[in-house]
Amino acid sequence: MYRYDEFDHDFVRQRVSQYRDQVERRMSGEIDETAFKPLRLMNGVYLQLHAYMLRVAIPYGTLNSRQMRRLARIARDYDKGYGHFTTRQNIQYNWPKLSDTPAILEELAEVEMHAIQTSGNCIRNVSADHFAGAAADEVADPRPYAEILRQWSSNHPEYSFLPRKFKIAVTGAERDRAAIQVHDIGLHLKRNEEGALGFAVWVGGGQGRTPVIAKKIRDFLPEADLLSYTTAIMRVYNLYGRRDNKYKARIKILVNETGEEEFTRQVEAEWQKLKETELKLPQDDLAAIAAYFAPPKLQDRAEGWGLIAAAKKADPGFAAWVHQNVTPHRHPDYGVVTISLKPIGGIPGDADDTQMETVADLAEKFGHDEIRVSHEQNLVLPHVALADLEHVYKALLAVGLATANAGLVSDIIACPGLDYCALANARSIPVAQEISERFASLERQREIGELKIKISGCINACGHHHVGHIGILGVEKKGAELYQITLGGSGDENTSIGQIIGRGFEPEKVTDAVETIVETYLGLRENADETFLEAYRRIGPAPFKEALYGETSKAA
Amino acid sequence: MKKVLTANRLTDGIAVWLGANGQWLENIETALIARHQEAVDALEEAGKSAFNDNLVVDVEVIDVDEVDGDIYPIRLRERIRAAGPTIRTDLGKQAEFKPATAA
Ligand code: HEM
Ligand code: SF4
Repeated sequence: MYRYDEFDHDFVRQRVSQYRDQVERRMSGEIDETAFKPLRLMNGVYLQLHAYMLRVAIPYGTLNSRQMRRLARIARDYDKGYGHFTTRQNIQYNWPKLSDTPAILEELAEVEMHAIQTSGNCIRNVSADHFAGAAADEVADPRPYAEILRQWSSNHPEYSFLPRKFKIAVTGAERDRAAIQVHDIGLHLKRNEEGALGFAVWVGGGQGRTPVIAKKIRDFLPEADLLSYTTAIMRVYNLYGRRDNKYKARIKILVNETGEEEFTRQVEAEWQKLKETELKLPQDDLAAIAAYFAPPKLQDRAEGWGLIAAAKKADPGFAAWVHQNVTPHRHPDYGVVTISLKPIGGIPGDADDTQMETVADLAEKFGHDEIRVSHEQNLVLPHVALADLEHVYKALLAVGLATANAGLVSDIIACPGLDYCALANARSIPVAQEISERFASLERQREIGELKIKISGCINACGHHHVGHIGILGVEKKGAELYQITLGGSGDENTSIGQIIGRGFEPEKVTDAVETIVETYLGLRENADETFLEAYRRIGPAPFKEALYGETSKAA
Repeated sequence: MKKVLTANRLTDGIAVWLGANGQWLENIETALIARHQEAVDALEEAGKSAFNDNLVVDVEVIDVDEVDGDIYPIRLRERIRAAGPTIRTDLGKQAEFKPATAA
């Protein structure tokens, strides 16, 4: 993975000491809240309902064991012993003292981490496929490009005052695991007919109150032009993006108001001016960054095939976990392990210090020292030999991390919601917990098959509800929580925005409604291979509406 | 009319309420209840000056009720602030003081 050079170290250290000084001046009353708030936000410090919150960047979701151990230590020493892994592949701490935040940032800097650009109207943490560098279906590792974008966008003066926040995602496989079509810029790394690497460029996707699917404005951009083209997009956005209304300030609105064709023309025209400048990436630089992400040297471990076959027979729990949570690696003797942070009835995305340390140990011992955070709020060990899977499973089981539910109905994404978040209208986590408990039986979950439920506590959509196969949005109605259900959303290579199915449900009725939807699907699917999403796309909302509201109902 | 003054403490962000003795308290139970407009105005003034003195941030006057002698915020948001996360009853005020329930 990428290692800081002297410049990076100095930069991050300077930022920490600058921030330490800002906090001291704030505490002594030298600067007031109006002046200080933007400064703390620039360093990832928010204020939530119960306390401050610190959001730490995990670039493209990649961590090593030393970093994970440090995250665990911070949770233990400065927080309440746990952290929340988010849909943006970051981690959030829910209880840090403002007075401790400089020390926390110092601890992070020691392991090459920080909280810069995790808030504010700048280019945020660049996210990437969590299986990058490992997945069998990958064309090339997208992370070197994410790293190039990270370096280029960090502290870039031109992008410090964008009209609004800006999120970039990169994927390197046909199967989109990074939800690139709901990002401000989505990059799909691929090869053209000549075998050269480049990107399909998607612009103007987003969730929030106005969900929009990105437009593909270029089918193939040579890799050397990554920065010149991105700069062209950013310049058009910086110039014409709306600053008069924060709800209309994202690039998705600009693309829509300008029109896809005209917007593309503007970007291409700008690009002509930039194409042959110093922004063109020399092959040497590309190779130098790519070298940081060189795949680990994986020895053949063919004995694993026999070992797991025997272990599967002996232990049905292990068999279920391998089936559900281990995906094919490009090396046939290896697997990609998804560590579910969704125990039945648990809090999606939360991990305590011991769990984090266990994952760190396993990564070090069995996983070539690599850990990933997925946008589905799980952790991933990308390179585990099949021969070692049983050790990994047993160690995970011992700390409650071996739930065999990746991609199933209890693998729910949920934002913090009203249990923590100052912007929330309703709680999300308890809704996730109750659904998870209702569908606790793994057998039943497997019978249902792939089904993604995503829950947000307000229209900001941090819980991705717009792209949930079943999406749940919490609203406040007459002082009480109410949940609106959308169906048919999806955040992959065939992205779609879910449609509201009808009037909302009271908290005690949401789980029943979800169960009704699932039962309706089971009754209508053509066969066990037709997933919920496929069935919904085939039959549409009508049977679900009828099952939920009866024939005479009107959609609210 | 029943209102109390709430905020988050500057140094650690912990939710606090203004008490009768003019202190910011970590427990809503002993917060000062304003029962008429003049008292609400006084709360607002107290909030402004505490903010200006850099003691607290996010100052707000909130609606409450009294149930069996306990202060019961009207909005769920404020009940959760007063008790702690509903999904971690081992954390927050509910764990530190006498059991309160948010939901
Ligand atoms: C203090 C807590 C948080 C605050 C104040 C916050 C604020 C916001 C706001 C205002 C938006 C809407 C942006 C727009 O539409 O222009 C948003 C979107 C989003 N947030 Fe959060 N959020 C918080 C926590 C989280 C967490 C915990 C996650 C991950 C689980 C997250 C991930 C996202 C994502 C994925 C989006 C939608 C993508 C988009 O920007 O279009 N946020 N957030
Ligand atoms: S969706 Fe709303 S409630 Fe949930 S974390 Fe985002 S801002 Fe908070």
